[in-house]
Amino acid sequence: MGYALPDEGGHFGRYGGRFVSETLMRPLLELQEIYERLRQDSAFQEEFSEDLRLYVGRPSPLYPAHRLTERFAGARIYLKREDLNHTGAHKINNTVGQALLAKRMGKTRVIAETGAGQHGVATATVAARLGLECVIYMGAEDIQRQAINVFRMKLLGAKVVPVTSGSRTLKDALNEAMRDWVTNIENTFYIIGTVAGPHPYPVMVRDFQAVIGKEVRYQIMEFEGRLPDALVACVGGGSNAMGLFYPFLDDPAVALFGVEAAGRGLATGRHAASLSAGRPGVLHGNRTYLMETDDGQIIETHSISAGLDYPGVGPEHAWLKDSGRARYVAVTDDEALEAFHLLTRIEGIMPALESSHAIAYSGRLARELGRDACIVVNLSGRGDKDVHTIAAREGITL
Amino acid sequence: MTNRLADRFKALKVRGRTALIPFITAGDPEPRITVPLMHALAEAGADVIELGVPFSDPMADGPVIQKASERALAHHMSLAGVLAMVREFRTEDPHTPVVLMGYLNPVEAMGYDRFAAGAHEAGVDGVLTVDLPPEEGQELVTALRSRGIDPVFLLAPTSDAERIRRIVQLAGGFVYYVSLRGVTGAANFDLTEVAQKLRLIRAQTHLPVGVGFGISSPDAAAKVAGVADAVIVGSALVGRIAALASQPDRIATEAATFVAQLRAAMDSATASATGSTSGVRA
Repeated sequence: MGYALPDEGGHFGRYGGRFVSETLMRPLLELQEIYERLRQDSAFQEEFSEDLRLYVGRPSPLYPAHRLTERFAGARIYLKREDLNHTGAHKINNTVGQALLAKRMGKTRVIAETGAGQHGVATATVAARLGLECVIYMGAEDIQRQAINVFRMKLLGAKVVPVTSGSRTLKDALNEAMRDWVTNIENTFYIIGTVAGPHPYPVMVRDFQAVIGKEVRYQIMEFEGRLPDALVACVGGGSNAMGLFYPFLDDPAVALFGVEAAGRGLATGRHAASLSAGRPGVLHGNRTYLMETDDGQIIETHSISAGLDYPGVGPEHAWLKDSGRARYVAVTDDEALEAFHLLTRIEGIMPALESSHAIAYSGRLARELGRDACIVVNLSGRGDKDVHTIAAREGITL
Repeated sequence: MTNRLADRFKALKVRGRTALIPFITAGDPEPRITVPLMHALAEAGADVIELGVPFSDPMADGPVIQKASERALAHHMSLAGVLAMVREFRTEDPHTPVVLMGYLNPVEAMGYDRFAAGAHEAGVDGVLTVDLPPEEGQELVTALRSRGIDPVFLLAPTSDAERIRRIVQLAGGFVYYVSLRGVTGAANFDLTEVAQKLRLIRAQTHLPVGVGFGISSPDAAAKVAGVADAVIVGSALVGRIAALASQPDRIATEAATFVAQLRAAMDSATASATGSTSGVRA
């Protein structure tokens, strides 16, 4: 493969790296060393594949969305059905991988941050399966918004700790999880949920999620006999997008589109589109595009989708943007909601609000590319978790 | 170029005294009290002042210093504002070294060269960016050194001999040993372990070694003073400031009283140690 990033220090061009206090450096270097070894270890990789097959339910189908294609009247659209995974989203691919790593390292306790609760549920799930103690940090604000996922985590045996510092959302939960990790490093493994954080997390999460793109490569052959013209995925931290894109980085004919949350519109400032409207800085252990004030304070973001509501983005996306290999666009709350209803009504598939952003953009792109083209859209999660948000938005009390 | 940090540590060594470095967050609980507070700390016996630059996401700090950042940010405290405070402090106190401590992102936003120039012009002597390990630090270190500002680095219980060597090569002014595994203000402090690690550090550098994170009382400060070149007290002081957030005019006096207690405890400890070991440390 031609693409060989990151470098030894975890850099994707000027992005990525390891920006943490000295206390965390040794643990991160150790993790990197162990991970590099297990990456080449066929027994570990086999165990991971078996878990994905038997526990997650992979491969997930590639579904030709005929009625959606008809509606958009353009390129043929295929949906990668990550919503059909155990726990209902792509998040489980990564938590299965990191939990195996935790077990190999002899850790007895796992911690995680969560925004919408999907990564928290996926972490609590694998912890229950392996008998590990599990603590999930979640912004107090998000705990209110995602009561069902909080209850699911508790049912799975996890302790959910409300985070009341800062803006009381995902970024603050991540800060708090880091503080826990630095304090309990001896017995604790920190399962980060996206392709961000200090090296080696962005690589590790990408590798565990790359199963998505690897499956698409052979699944599309059955329908098209060739690779797709474009891939589309939503980007918050960017793990589902990276998992889909990575196996295609050396195929320049495959165009890559990351869809960010434009919230109430980029012009309003009430959004979470760090690649489209932010600038480079350092947060949560890596250099990447951020939403920040002129003097470098991180600002609160907004998206109807809690999973995209994050002021940073994985450093590899920052690199793919600058290098021109991928393009990043943004879709508003309203457009995403419209796509949610459309897919639900004409395909009988209820997408997560995150994934609805990708669906919305695929309409625009399908018309642009025309009927000879084909597009794969990552349907990263199912929408059951969002029905309360949608009802509230439409003034309905459930 | 005279170097206030080096001069101060040299003078202390001659007198067999351990440096006391109180930490406060600039702009906490409101900007107008910070400069008078810095003067009060210096008068009460602070040898160096560590001034925290507030950041929205202080990942390495415990709740006490996080909240201090939040109080300061509520008043729109910025890095430029912190530099202005140091400049004002310098008009009346040309001697007490000031070290800025904070996170990298506000410095990135300002730009390394602009920051280094501004800090030099304001009279800053050292800069510690908590989330900047030596692997990523070369560029900022070069910018700071070109303006005569010392890059202060952290060492941790998890730093092995190889990392210590790498860090002290890059560091200036003093090195800051984080005396526990955890965030600022935590409470699992082990003096024997600290003393052991300091021997390891001193084998590799002549820079003074400060110890901080978790030193909360005059008694603890006195114990650490027996093994370190500097004692850094943060959360315990910031916690006292927080308790007076609604009566900001009392802060300077109360903080000075606490610093004077720390000073007295440390001096009596080092005096007796020097007496019994005939100045081994000096």
